[in-house]
Amino acid sequence: MSEAAVSAPYARTLPVAAKRPRRWHIVVFLLPALIVYSAVMILPLIETLRLSLFNVVDGQPAFVGLANFRVLFGDARWAADFWNALRNNFIFFVIHMLVQNPIGVALAAMLSIPKLRFAAFYRTAIFLPTLLSFVIVGFIWKLILSPIWGVSPWLMDLVGLKSFFSPWLGKPGSALIAVSLISVWQYVGIPMMLIYAALLSIPEEVIEAAECDGITGWGQFWKIKLPLILPAIGIISILTFVGNFNAFDLIYTVQGALAGPDKSTDVLGTLLYRTFFGFQLQLGDRSMGATIATVMFLIILAGVSLYLFGIQRRIRRYQF
Amino acid sequence: MTSRVLSGLLLASTILGSAALAQAQDKTLTIESWRNDDLSIWQEKLIPAFEAKHPGIKVVFSPTAPTEYNAALNAKLDAGSAGDLITCRPFDASLELYNKKHLINLTDLPGMENFSPVAKSAWSTDDGSASFCVPMASVIHGFIYNKDAFEKLGISVPTTEAEFFAALDKIKADGTYIPLAMGTKDLWEAATMGYQNIGPTYWKGEEGRIALVKGEQKLTDEPWVEPYRVLAKWKDYLGDGFEAQTYPDSQNLFTLGRAAIFPAGSWEISLFNQSKDIKLGAFAPPVKNAGDTCYISDHNDIGMGINAKSPNADAAKTFLTWVASPEFADIYANALPGFFSLNSTPVKMADPLAQEFVSWREKCKPTIRSTYQILSRGTPNLENETWTESANVINGTDTPEVAAKKLQDGLDSWYKPAK
Repeated sequence: MSEAAVSAPYARTLPVAAKRPRRWHIVVFLLPALIVYSAVMILPLIETLRLSLFNVVDGQPAFVGLANFRVLFGDARWAADFWNALRNNFIFFVIHMLVQNPIGVALAAMLSIPKLRFAAFYRTAIFLPTLLSFVIVGFIWKLILSPIWGVSPWLMDLVGLKSFFSPWLGKPGSALIAVSLISVWQYVGIPMMLIYAALLSIPEEVIEAAECDGITGWGQFWKIKLPLILPAIGIISILTFVGNFNAFDLIYTVQGALAGPDKSTDVLGTLLYRTFFGFQLQLGDRSMGATIATVMFLIILAGVSLYLFGIQRRIRRYQF
Repeated sequence: MTSRVLSGLLLASTILGSAALAQAQDKTLTIESWRNDDLSIWQEKLIPAFEAKHPGIKVVFSPTAPTEYNAALNAKLDAGSAGDLITCRPFDASLELYNKKHLINLTDLPGMENFSPVAKSAWSTDDGSASFCVPMASVIHGFIYNKDAFEKLGISVPTTEAEFFAALDKIKADGTYIPLAMGTKDLWEAATMGYQNIGPTYWKGEEGRIALVKGEQKLTDEPWVEPYRVLAKWKDYLGDGFEAQTYPDSQNLFTLGRAAIFPAGSWEISLFNQSKDIKLGAFAPPVKNAGDTCYISDHNDIGMGINAKSPNADAAKTFLTWVASPEFADIYANALPGFFSLNSTPVKMADPLAQEFVSWREKCKPTIRSTYQILSRGTPNLENETWTESANVINGTDTPEVAAKKLQDGLDSWYKPAK
């Protein structure tokens, strides 16, 4: 968008407030972010949505309406791949919600205990994996879980649990859970930090008042603190949702683009990658790739809208 | 006076200098490639050898990372910024470039007569009428074994399927070595080193492959299911936790001397030669019964073509004629043992392991990987599905029959061979 277009409606209102000086700086300050954001986010998004309505017909790009979507949901193979990816994605998300976020809350609650020693050390140590590249995390965990060189079979042997070890990343039944838990390990620092900040912002008076009323310990956490951090938990849930349904990097690093074994770790992100860019002998199909991307966008949009309009408005907020 | 001479000299040198530069620029050829491992070989051996003979032409080898090559090359070709010479992937990836008119027709290039039709098949149109890349190298499948392990256990090199499994049993019973160094985590090991390695013996190489392309045979037919049945038996001879064993894991297990047999492609030779501790030998895929014809996968892997937008097409053709010559074949095959020249003139190689591999060409019938030509053109992609199913068969997730049925169903969904 050009500068003139931005300032045009502004110029029309000028006669009304005749004496007011033109506030160019607002436009000037907004412009860089607007241009960058439009160029790298909005335009590609629109282009992707547009591309999903086109396909190559007789060697020429042509508008095909919703035909791509009909193939994706109607063709038995495309649909099987898509629903498999969506189901895996959902399991991936559920594991994060059930494991990552409760652990994050628990860690934050423990960190905020005033008597805890080395709190700063724990905080940093737990947050550190979040700062690591997913490539490093994927590689480290592949090595840790490796049945040949890994430390996990050895460690389990030390405590007599060797028989429970299995090559988790290579088995269709356990690979998705293993990858999800690696991701949980990496990102548990984010809910912890957000909840920790929310817990710290609870005023002393509220806690003191609760103590006067005889609410301490676990009761205090469930009845006083948890309701006060619910908005933060809501934000974390929606961040987890968006992050998980966009997930690609870790699975690609750990399991490869075919998301093996037997597509058991295939999520929408890896399906999109294989379709759009192609893989090995498969040539990329930009139209079907864009179609999958559009469906992903709609799923995330629906989830976020559900949260914004259905849940966030009902969360009670407390002002102090 | 002196100052005038000086300025005259300076002027002359500027003009002459820029003239020399302009001349050099006119004839600089840039090679696009995914073989960044070969950078030093090109710079130190191949390019100097060419430039010595053709003083007017300079060559620059400019590789990209293998996984990014196809995407990067397509983008560059569309933008018109790609190099003059394009290293060609086999089959459809390059055929598409030719159909889009990014590569020129090289059928009449001097030197093309040095290659057999099979060698050219990877870079020809389906009817074989036009060729668009000069074949450079192929890779051969087989098994590399640890000679010390075989000697210690008193095993002779197996030639039949029964001998092969007897050898594996013996290694397993002894327990010192993992019989087979292979994992299923990366999927392609199971398909490429497993199925495509032993398969040609059962589907009779080209005969079966062409019948499959023509639709006369199906993947559910016995010759195509049987290799899966044999592959399923490998499971018991793989290392602990092979489901999570990656390709580098397998390579390491073997080079550290912990495994006896490595189902291999010839490209492993240079890497394995670096580990001086173990003595290496190789044997071709075992045949079913003693005396049967043996078949090997001799898969066309690298070729080179000319960018249609190249301003130096003549110089590029000169270069490719040289690439097609026995001289190039000799330097290339010896610098990269395991990448075998497709040139009809036999190349003398110094590496004993590479010699062993290439000697099978004389006694066995060569074929290319069954999934590469035509059959991986649609979605679902047969090659990629074969990766998944081969791993499934070894893992026991699918029975050989179920795997074959899945593959054939996938192929049927888009491939309608002309009858």
